[in-house]
Amino acid sequence: MIAMGGARLLVERNVRAYRRQWFVFASGFAEPLLYLLSIGIGVGELVGRIPGPGGELVTYREFVAPGMLAAAAMNGAILDTTFNFFVKLKYQGVYDAMLATPLRPFDIAAGEVSWSLLRGAAYSAAFLVAMLLFGLVHSWWAVLVVPAAVLIGFAFAGAGLGATTYMRSWTDFDLVSAALVPMFLFSGTFFPLSRYPGWFEWVVKATPLYQGVALERALVFGALDWTTPLHAAYLIALGLVGVRIASRRLATLLTA
Amino acid sequence: MRAPAVSSLVERELRVFVKIWHASAFSAFGMPVLFLVAMGVGLGGLVDDRPGAAAGLSYLHFVTPGLMVAASVQQAAGESLWPVLGGIKWDGRYVAMVASPLTPVDVFAGVLAWIAIRVAASTVAFLLVATVLGGVVSPWGVLALPATVLCSLAFAAPTSAFSITQENEVPFAMIMRLGVLPLFLFSGTFFPVSNLPGALQPLAWLSPLWHGVELARHATTGDAHWADLAHLAILLAWVTGGWLWGLRTFPRRLTP
Amino acid sequence: MLESLVDATGLTKRFGSFTAVSGIDFHVQPGEAFGMLGPNGAGKSSTMRMIGCVSPVTEGHLRILGMDPAVDGPAIRARIGSVPQEDTLDTEMSVWDNMVTYGRYFGISHALIRERADELLRFFQLIDRRDDKVDPLSGGMKRRLTVARALINQPEMVLLDEPTTGLDPQARHLLWERLYQLKRSGVTLVLTTHYMDEAEQLCDRLVIMDRGRIVAEGSPRELIDRHATREVVELRFASTEEQERSVPLLEPGSPRVESLTDRVLVYTSDGEAALGLLAEHALQPTSVLVRRSSLEDVFLLLTGRQLEE
Ligand SMILES: Nc1ncnc2c1ncn2[C@@H]1O[C@H](COP(=O)(O)OP(=O)(O)O)[C@@H](O)[C@H]1O
Ligand SMILES: [Mg+2]
Repeated sequence: MIAMGGARLLVERNVRAYRRQWFVFASGFAEPLLYLLSIGIGVGELVGRIPGPGGELVTYREFVAPGMLAAAAMNGAILDTTFNFFVKLKYQGVYDAMLATPLRPFDIAAGEVSWSLLRGAAYSAAFLVAMLLFGLVHSWWAVLVVPAAVLIGFAFAGAGLGATTYMRSWTDFDLVSAALVPMFLFSGTFFPLSRYPGWFEWVVKATPLYQGVALERALVFGALDWTTPLHAAYLIALGLVGVRIASRRLATLLTA
Repeated sequence: MRAPAVSSLVERELRVFVKIWHASAFSAFGMPVLFLVAMGVGLGGLVDDRPGAAAGLSYLHFVTPGLMVAASVQQAAGESLWPVLGGIKWDGRYVAMVASPLTPVDVFAGVLAWIAIRVAASTVAFLLVATVLGGVVSPWGVLALPATVLCSLAFAAPTSAFSITQENEVPFAMIMRLGVLPLFLFSGTFFPVSNLPGALQPLAWLSPLWHGVELARHATTGDAHWADLAHLAILLAWVTGGWLWGLRTFPRRLTP
Repeated sequence: MLESLVDATGLTKRFGSFTAVSGIDFHVQPGEAFGMLGPNGAGKSSTMRMIGCVSPVTEGHLRILGMDPAVDGPAIRARIGSVPQEDTLDTEMSVWDNMVTYGRYFGISHALIRERADELLRFFQLIDRRDDKVDPLSGGMKRRLTVARALINQPEMVLLDEPTTGLDPQARHLLWERLYQLKRSGVTLVLTTHYMDEAEQLCDRLVIMDRGRIVAEGSPRELIDRHATREVVELRFASTEEQERSVPLLEPGSPRVESLTDRVLVYTSDGEAALGLLAEHALQPTSVLVRRSSLEDVFLLLTGRQLEE
């Protein structure tokens, strides 16, 4: 209980820090929408029908929208927990100040992750509304789209936070984009895995973003099967491992 | 502005760059190539099931110049935001420069020269890979290089003239998100401007990126038009406008 | 007589409607160490930036090395060295690369830069750190590097804006010692400071600045002789009430008495007599210090305020 209280204090701090930059927060809604309009609708006009998760033919915009939602959840979580977290850790000394109070390293890790998830939930809810307006939602299971996005955010926030505690300088961040961009482009977000050779399909299926995309797509189309809970379990496990590593590492980094 | 002065500034950037080139190699070169494979080949396969959908070109031919110019413009915009403000605000290296015989205008010219060099280098690399992948059909494609550099300067000149007037980096994320990203997505890069709703098409014509993409596309497909002269003139106008603006803002900030 | 290196008359700097430097006159002669002493906001940096040709003159006459900064900025800057108040080191580079890159801004050849950079880094005791990044260096090292870098073009005159502010005593003494050697080698120094000991240590001649104006000028010795008494008695009392009671008692016997928040300063040629006066009224200070007057006292006497608040 104390732990969650500590995390809440950190979220409060971030809300306060963001209050003067609310428009930065607000502009976060725009990004996935712009992608949906450009790639989903614009490029979608150029594409015929393709097979959806249940095997039936769907339009390209229907296909790509859940993928973009998952990718946006990943990007948001990674941005918060790598780039922004690193600035606070190394340059602003935000955490040094916090650890001079009763807060513990775990509170910081849990707080940053919660903060990221709250923002992510707001963004994905807005995106879901946009999908409804464009008529891209076909199942009542879609009410679980936002919780699923939170799971994706949790997985990547945990992983991002854990990884950031090992980073020494800005150059290390290129590793982050080197991992992220290929995942963003090739995890079944923009085109079906059927376009790959068989072995590569399995590589892609092992990535966390694929798990997220598959989960979101299953919910939006109501095409759930036995793999659906496995996707969710994968994401939760990744997040837990990351947060655990991060709070351990933070303790050594900040209290050395 | 004197050539030796500008070259000493470019030398400074090179000196930093040779140590960290591998860091930016991915974002400047690897990322566009991944986009090319994903969009041109992966997504392109879906588009080409409907022949002639992308302005009569195969999607790979269509999207190659679009991605090339769009990626360069993103690079140029990024380079003319944070690093420029940093030069006056964070490490004060511009302050050190103008304490030497260099003038604020030399500094401005140095910023633009360096961006042009960086963009040119990544564009050459991209053109080579794109040619291997079959994205460039005409030998006139070499002219896509000057077109891309010019288009990048059309962004970099006004953007750096603006950055130097700023006190903090808060507006920069907004510029990237609400300025550069929409241009990236809707300037005829991923789908023809003619597919935009009619009312929005004139907006795309305002975008310098669209003019650059058109020029580069006519080069890589070997299909020149009289309209290209107009595209060229408009890009030159952007560069000149930005240059004239910077002639005011750089001295005002660096030698108040 | 040699031509002055800096020649300022009625020099004025305004930012919008705010006047930072208000019509000051001064001249810097070749080979001297010229100081500007004044509290924060006095206009020292604004003046230095005008001398360094990185800030246009609003009004008045300014010639540096006989040239007009508005016309010959680059030519002037080529012949001076500049150490601004905030370090402007290139944090993306090593110590050595900072030297080389800065030298290149002056168009100096690589070979010559290598030679000079090596010598300068040795002189400023930075040679062991030549391949280190700048960021992890201590404040004193960064400052020494900024000074070393400013000397890469073998300037005739070096501008030092608060060279030791924020450094610990040891780092300050090291820098003072190096600057002193520099001065002996014939380089003209123009420096600003709000430390009176720095001004006393380094300056042959100085101006005292306050609110954009020069309030006094001379060598440290002259200024003290002219504006202060030989001795100062510093008195501290157990209570404010006692301190307040003491002031009217002391005033008739001394040319000047200053009551500060924590102590009373009695400017007098005879400290003993002043103390005797207090004893007569059964006033016992908790501490008594008789010392020689300093530039700090000159500033206080001229402006009624302290250098460092
Ligand atoms: N660029 C500027 N714009 C507006 N006001 C300035 C600027 N630079 C300095 N000032 C003001 O001018 C006054 C003198 O500043 P400065 O020359 O830095 O004093 P000093 O170096 O003696 O502390 C201060 O009140 C400061 O706020
Ligand atoms: Mg100052």
